[in-house]
Amino acid sequence: MTFETQGLRRVVNNPALSAAQKARALSIEAENAMPYPQLDAETHAALEARVICDMYEGHAPYRPRYVLPDYGVVLTCGSDWLELPVPQTLDEAINTLMIAYHHVPSVTGMPVYVGQLDDLLLPFCEGVSDEALYQKLKLFWRYIDRVLPDAFLHANIGPSDNRVARTILRVDAELGQIAPNLTFRYDPAISTEAILAQAIANITICSKPHIANHPLHAATFDARGYGIVSCYNALPQAGGASTLTRINLLEVAKRSHDTDDFLTNTLPQYVALNVRLAQARIDYLFDQSGFFDSFLVTEGWIDRGRFTAMFGIFAMAEAVNHLLLKSGNPGRYGRDAEANALGHAISARLTDLVAAQPMRNVWRDRAMLHSQAGLSTDTGLTPGVRIPYGTEPDPVVHVLALAPHHQYYPSGISEILTLDETVKANPAAVMDLCKGAFASGFREFTANIGGNDLVRVTGYMIRLSDVARFNALKGARTNTTALGAEAAKLTAILDRKPRVVAYELAAGADR
Amino acid sequence: MNLPQARIAKILLWSCVDGPGNRLVLFLQGCNFACAACHNPHTIGQCNDCGDCIPACPTAALSLAGGRLHFDPARCTQCDDCLAACPISANPMALPYSVADILTLLHRHRAFLSGITVSGGEPTLQTGFVTALFAAIREDPDLAGLTCFVDSNGHLGALGWQGLLSVTDGVMLDIKAFGPALHLAMTGRSNARSLASAKIAHAAGKLYELRYLIVPDQTDSPGEIARLIRFASDLGGPQRIRLNAFHHQGVRGVAADWLSAPRQAVEVVAEQLRHAGLGPVIVPAVWL
Ligand code: SF4
Ligand code: SF4
Repeated sequence: MTFETQGLRRVVNNPALSAAQKARALSIEAENAMPYPQLDAETHAALEARVICDMYEGHAPYRPRYVLPDYGVVLTCGSDWLELPVPQTLDEAINTLMIAYHHVPSVTGMPVYVGQLDDLLLPFCEGVSDEALYQKLKLFWRYIDRVLPDAFLHANIGPSDNRVARTILRVDAELGQIAPNLTFRYDPAISTEAILAQAIANITICSKPHIANHPLHAATFDARGYGIVSCYNALPQAGGASTLTRINLLEVAKRSHDTDDFLTNTLPQYVALNVRLAQARIDYLFDQSGFFDSFLVTEGWIDRGRFTAMFGIFAMAEAVNHLLLKSGNPGRYGRDAEANALGHAISARLTDLVAAQPMRNVWRDRAMLHSQAGLSTDTGLTPGVRIPYGTEPDPVVHVLALAPHHQYYPSGISEILTLDETVKANPAAVMDLCKGAFASGFREFTANIGGNDLVRVTGYMIRLSDVARFNALKGARTNTTALGAEAAKLTAILDRKPRVVAYELAAGADR
Repeated sequence: MNLPQARIAKILLWSCVDGPGNRLVLFLQGCNFACAACHNPHTIGQCNDCGDCIPACPTAALSLAGGRLHFDPARCTQCDDCLAACPISANPMALPYSVADILTLLHRHRAFLSGITVSGGEPTLQTGFVTALFAAIREDPDLAGLTCFVDSNGHLGALGWQGLLSVTDGVMLDIKAFGPALHLAMTGRSNARSLASAKIAHAAGKLYELRYLIVPDQTDSPGEIARLIRFASDLGGPQRIRLNAFHHQGVRGVAADWLSAPRQAVEVVAEQLRHAGLGPVIVPAVWL
């Protein structure tokens, strides 16, 4: 075993990284100096060729990819391990959460889930004035962004209209921070129009929150509930996801003679290999790492039976266009009915194939399909089932083209709808789009408003001014800015086509 | 039912600048003004089947069949080359639609919409179609709650408004200029009817928005702005006004040499209107 010390030296001497960021980069190097979990030759070859991919999670899984603790446990029982009494006041409850977050691992080294915050905090709000609640939440929000500066970190609120949710929306719009990312869970039977309108107004200010179709998600999970974390992954609460392995659908298409061969031979083959890759990583986590001996399990924050395996796919657009081209048809995924129908058929086939693969130590014994939002190195490949950058049709056609996919991806699928700045004067239009999307079967609604400093990249938020500063070789305070800068350079992400509708009729306006 | 058809240049399923919420927008072909500053000059004329545009099309989407121009949408790549070739500012891609066609579109996209807006061109040139369409929307229980808006230059006469307003929820009315000579120079028509139309729509409680285009050194003179303020104030009560900024996108002819309206100049006018108690005053969200 030899370290490539030059690479380590580059990390240590990198002026753009803080000491903590260097320590984290060094730990990744150390983990990857170990041998990979045992893989059979076929799986190993597919991984080497990156037809399947482990998201570079590391060679020795010693914590699940995503952990979603039930923070209600520590708020109602305290913690023996952390020597925390049961909190009695709002201050104590927030303080308990702030301590708890530091003990929740994930693949990023920071928590990805800070809880269903209105449910958690409302019981402590009796007798707290609106002004006091606002001040306390503002400090809490600032703490999260400054101490856990990672845009994968996610807070959830809703579906009810309540003081905590409203105040969080107010604070979030005011501060315009990267962290926490935020999801409002919308349920037309429970949420009020007023709180949805407040959430939508926030989108036009800071491109947050993300809105989840609560009835659809609730039906996918069980009584212990779910949380939305990281890049819009829906996962079991009090559990999470052990790993995420994904298939590059374009690479599978390239290895197929035609569409029929793809659906009946190559796709099943690589689905099986991707499951084997995930299983090898899960076996290591459960059987060797000792993770599930932690107090998080013994105190009931998480349950080892509630960790799923996320089965990701990406480059659907390129795969469909490639398969259509093979049959002499210049397909335009997202624009042509035939191309879209093939995409839907592939999603349906994936669902059957994944359901046919039993797994060990996985929630409900099967992996959950996920439309994967991309890595910063995915040059020329479109995230998940999205429509390629710069070729998106108008937002309504866009939604209708993708809606049939949503039923197939229970652990998350997100499409970023890029809207031009004219919507800022008309948030009701965004509300219409959101409701239309949900009525069409969308699980999640995410919009980017052109001209906002805060934008979503593959699924997480970055600040455009941070990217500019980073490129000028100043250090970035937040971990995801480095990823975002890399993504902006490598992929056409910032070219997502904002459409100036008012001028659409002008000759050549959008070309 | 023998309902009228309309010639429609373009249909949008997503628009946030043609009234409240997201609206389905119909751009009706044909206009009775000839504005030098028109951003969509190819919506002005009506096709006379001369065939001059056919050679301009690189994909043979245009042809003459039985003396009529035929457009094949399946072959069109939306390059817009044919628009520049038409000598009378018509649009070979405008297609006839029936009321039923539009109702089908509305049903399919109901969940995404706050309403429908007819624009153009000048939609009131096809008042029969618009009135029939709006009446049908009102009678359709599945389309309940959708609002019907008209975006007009106001040249329609009082009698025409009577029928149309009875089925319309809101009018967006463009006043191109207040000085009669200036208006004539800019549009080729008098503005007497436009001003009267604003009053008629307002009296019916349906003037949603007055629109005014800022063209530097022409419509932004102190005299013009003073008349805009007086006119809007005389309507009574706060009046929503949208200030548009002239820019060159799509413009042909003499106006291509005019100056674009700079943001600062438009903001100054907006401040004057607000100061006079008018509003809300909307300025462009995007500056070109
Ligand atoms: S669109 Fe213009 S050029 Fe073409 S046939 Fe009609 S009138 Fe002639
Ligand atoms: S816009 Fe369509 S019809 Fe006109 S020239 Fe281009 S391809 Fe032909």
